[in-house]
Amino acid sequence: MSTISLHDTHNHDGHDDHGHHKETFFTKYVFSQDHKMIAKQFLITGIIMAVIAMGLSILFRIQLAWPDKNFPLLETFLGKWAEGGRIKPDFFLALVTIHGTIMVFFVLTAGLSGTFSNLLIPLQLGVRDMASPFLNMLSYWFFFLACVIMMSSFFIQTGPASAGWTVYPPLSALPTAISGSGLGMTLWLISMVLFVASSLMGGINYVSTVLNMRTKGMDLWKMPLTIWAFLLTAILGILSFPVLVAGVVLLVFDRSFGTSFYLSDIVMGTQVLPNEGGSPILWQHLFWFLGHPEVYIVIMPAMGLSSEIMSVNSRKPIFGYHAMVYSLIGITILSFIVWGHHMFVTGMNPLLGGVFMITTLIIAVPSAVKTFNWLATLWRGNIRFTPGMLFAIGMVSFFISGGLTGIFLGNASLDINLHDTYFVVAHFHLVMGSAAIFGMLAGVYHWFPKMFGRMMNPKLGYLHFWLTFIAAYLVFFPLHFLGLDGVPRRYYAFTEFEFMHKWLTVNVFVTWSAILGALAQVAFLWNFFSSIFVGKRAPQNPWEANTLEWTTPVERLHGNWPGEIPTVYRWPYDYSKPGAEEDFIPQTVPFSQTMSSNMPHDFEGNADAERIQREWEEHEAAAAKSRLD
Amino acid sequence: MSLRKSISNKSIAALAVIVAAFGNTSVFAQAAEAAAKPVDMGPVYKSAVFYVLAFLVLCLFVAIVGKALRVYELTREVQDKPKGINWNAVNGTLFAIFLIVGLYGAYWEYTVHGSMILPEAASEHGKKIDKMFNLTLIITTIVFVLTHIFLFAFAYIYKYSGKRRAYFYPHNNTLERLWTIIPALVLTVLVLMGFLTWRSIFYKVEDPNNKPINIEVTSSQFAWAIRYPGADGVVGVKNYKLISAANALGIDFNDKKSLDDQVADLMVIPVNKPVRLILNSKDVIHSFYMPHFRVQLNTVPGMTSYFEFTPTITTEEMKKKTNDPAFKYLFLCSKICGQGHYNMQREVKVVSQEEYDSWIAEQGTYLTDDLRKQFHLPVTSAPEAVPATADTAATAANQIALKK
Repeated sequence: MSTISLHDTHNHDGHDDHGHHKETFFTKYVFSQDHKMIAKQFLITGIIMAVIAMGLSILFRIQLAWPDKNFPLLETFLGKWAEGGRIKPDFFLALVTIHGTIMVFFVLTAGLSGTFSNLLIPLQLGVRDMASPFLNMLSYWFFFLACVIMMSSFFIQTGPASAGWTVYPPLSALPTAISGSGLGMTLWLISMVLFVASSLMGGINYVSTVLNMRTKGMDLWKMPLTIWAFLLTAILGILSFPVLVAGVVLLVFDRSFGTSFYLSDIVMGTQVLPNEGGSPILWQHLFWFLGHPEVYIVIMPAMGLSSEIMSVNSRKPIFGYHAMVYSLIGITILSFIVWGHHMFVTGMNPLLGGVFMITTLIIAVPSAVKTFNWLATLWRGNIRFTPGMLFAIGMVSFFISGGLTGIFLGNASLDINLHDTYFVVAHFHLVMGSAAIFGMLAGVYHWFPKMFGRMMNPKLGYLHFWLTFIAAYLVFFPLHFLGLDGVPRRYYAFTEFEFMHKWLTVNVFVTWSAILGALAQVAFLWNFFSSIFVGKRAPQNPWEANTLEWTTPVERLHGNWPGEIPTVYRWPYDYSKPGAEEDFIPQTVPFSQTMSSNMPHDFEGNADAERIQREWEEHEAAAAKSRLD
Repeated sequence: MSLRKSISNKSIAALAVIVAAFGNTSVFAQAAEAAAKPVDMGPVYKSAVFYVLAFLVLCLFVAIVGKALRVYELTREVQDKPKGINWNAVNGTLFAIFLIVGLYGAYWEYTVHGSMILPEAASEHGKKIDKMFNLTLIITTIVFVLTHIFLFAFAYIYKYSGKRRAYFYPHNNTLERLWTIIPALVLTVLVLMGFLTWRSIFYKVEDPNNKPINIEVTSSQFAWAIRYPGADGVVGVKNYKLISAANALGIDFNDKKSLDDQVADLMVIPVNKPVRLILNSKDVIHSFYMPHFRVQLNTVPGMTSYFEFTPTITTEEMKKKTNDPAFKYLFLCSKICGQGHYNMQREVKVVSQEEYDSWIAEQGTYLTDDLRKQFHLPVTSAPEAVPATADTAATAANQIALKK
């Protein structure tokens, strides 16, 4: 396989020639085809979208904490949606919907995969750029357009989509059911189609680059776990996102052209709608066929990034590299046959509920393997607490806490009482939200030097980590208990139910914690944006890591390596190998230079290499003996 | 020197922000005046500005602490002393503290918030669900505590030291097999038990001596309609196309079984008698959720779904059990359905069979004189007849049921 990468066309069309045709501002920063610049574009857009979505969450948290209080300032900013300084119920639902959509798709899919797949696939595999740089550029601009259209729905008369991020019809199909299902929903659907197009262009690019363009010596089993995660994520995306588009197109038809794919037997008030024969459940099947793989699209890159960062900073090889890869593959395959666990109580055939429960709980096994392997990686390590490492450890903690509650929700009989309650909210905000965002932040801190050639301030990073880590737990841990008390999610206020009154004080506490968490992000934003310009200059390999990206020069270079692309000789996790001088051996160092630390399994059964090693050892032993004599 | 300089830079920046904030408020104030809204929002703006200022002061404080740390480290460096602060030790220790405080916090949550959750299940299958829940809770709590102890303890114990090297330990097949197989076994137990529980809920064998009461619940934005089957024990056919202001559910009164169907404002059910819910929706998807009975099923337009359960604790008993004289069973909507989603509730009362019988006898029928005209049915003074014949009708229904 790796022989394909020998046809290195870039060698003659030439990174060296790039000095000749001048890069203009537009080709360098705007319509760039350089994977590193595109990664930064994805990252910064993702950060902006994350800040917006976080702001939306603070707005609805304020409503939940103080449902009876007026905040005239809100009216100043939101106008008729917060008349008298109180957020209106349908705008509350819009906030919840857009918060979810932005976070899941724009931040944790595009912002995470888009950034790190683009940055690391070429750099860690020894490639000069993506398989199709132009497609890559398009991918970003489709994403950008999707973001703009999604945000534009805040500036229309009827407001943004407000049927929840899963936009279940008929609610999302009928403007008479909720005002957000008017133009706002149309914009949501258009934005989604563009987003999926962007993801597909990105995904196809990632898969083809990983499979075809690896440098000499980089066989699949020498790839860092990050790349494995990105590859499998991209495959997941390619296979599942088109299904969402199919569903979205049918919904567009239902909304605009009078078809009845999802609609049947509906009466709004006393007005009988003509639609017959459709099924709202069909949408749920189509949506969750994407929607469930989607949560793994979100978490797997975070897993890959954390694995890499934990290995580098523990100064230890990742424990069970093969098991880590196989568990990722297992998760990838299983994630396609578990979507029904979102639908246990839709009234679908209970037989299906039983089947989906089995497949869902099986997925806990590879997840458990990954967790234990991370713990084993830390064991007897020599841990450097860089900010990246802190976030990676935080990611593992969230993944455990949130993953365990998944065992409750994956169990169909327990889901009866937990479905659509705050227990679900707590579950996925920990396992998918917090864990994935921590994986992403870990990646940002770790690869910032590679992206911008400068270091971020570690102390602000520590502050950012500890505040965010604590705040996230304070926000989401208590929410489980609301769910166990039967409090449904997406409730505008807890004032109408006697039994929910006792949770009002908890809501105030959660909101203050959320505000603390949001303010903590200021430390990150300041650190990130100021370090781009005034951060300490980064050395070439600041974390003393093995992977290829740290062999490129610090200054950005279209084509990545000034000379020849390095050849890879070993796996990426030779940290603290006994007998080696340093506690890390980069992938580019051949075994012939590390005779003192080679191990039998390094040669993968290559008889010649084993013989040479044996001869060298015998020779060394003889020399040592003669010295003793 | 650099300290002073940067502070002055920061304070200038802070001042700029404050000025900008004031500028903005005055702009808003002008805009408000222009829109001829004489609302005095001054105090609130002041408070918003106050919070912004407080946050900026906090930022300034953080910046000063940061600079002080930097100065301290630099002086140590200049004096050739070992590095000022060992951040690896600091973070490792913080993880250890987090572990202890966090475990206590989790314990606190389990006991304090954990005591505020739903009371014991008030239905037969609910007890099984609770058992399943407790088992899962015990297993996951053990895993939660152990893995976190390992995670943070390792972080603390193995924090960086220049004197040591990490242990090269790339894999151990026995260990890996062990922690694949053990979770697999535990999950198999959970899957099996969950599967059996699930089957026992949805695949019920009907007891001929204890036939369920059929109750139809129809959801719409943002209300519930409850239909009792009347004397014949069967709710009649309905057709959404018949829905009108007078016939809100679209009941087809050409179906004889519809004639005696009864309206109810709340759901009253006899204890220890199975109830078969017939769930349906008029407009969008809602979710029929009865937390105390561990019952939930979506109501979907165009699709009828069923849930059967047996209440085991009456409202009065539950009042005593929860020590809450105001305790009420209820059902509510748990699927996002529009702006009134947060307030779709109906009371449920679990009573003795006698109380139920006398309550049901008092409920009116869906069939009104207007509807009689519409469906060309003879207009009689039937409503009075219903309570009178209720008992005999009930026995008749029983006989019919027995024949079935």
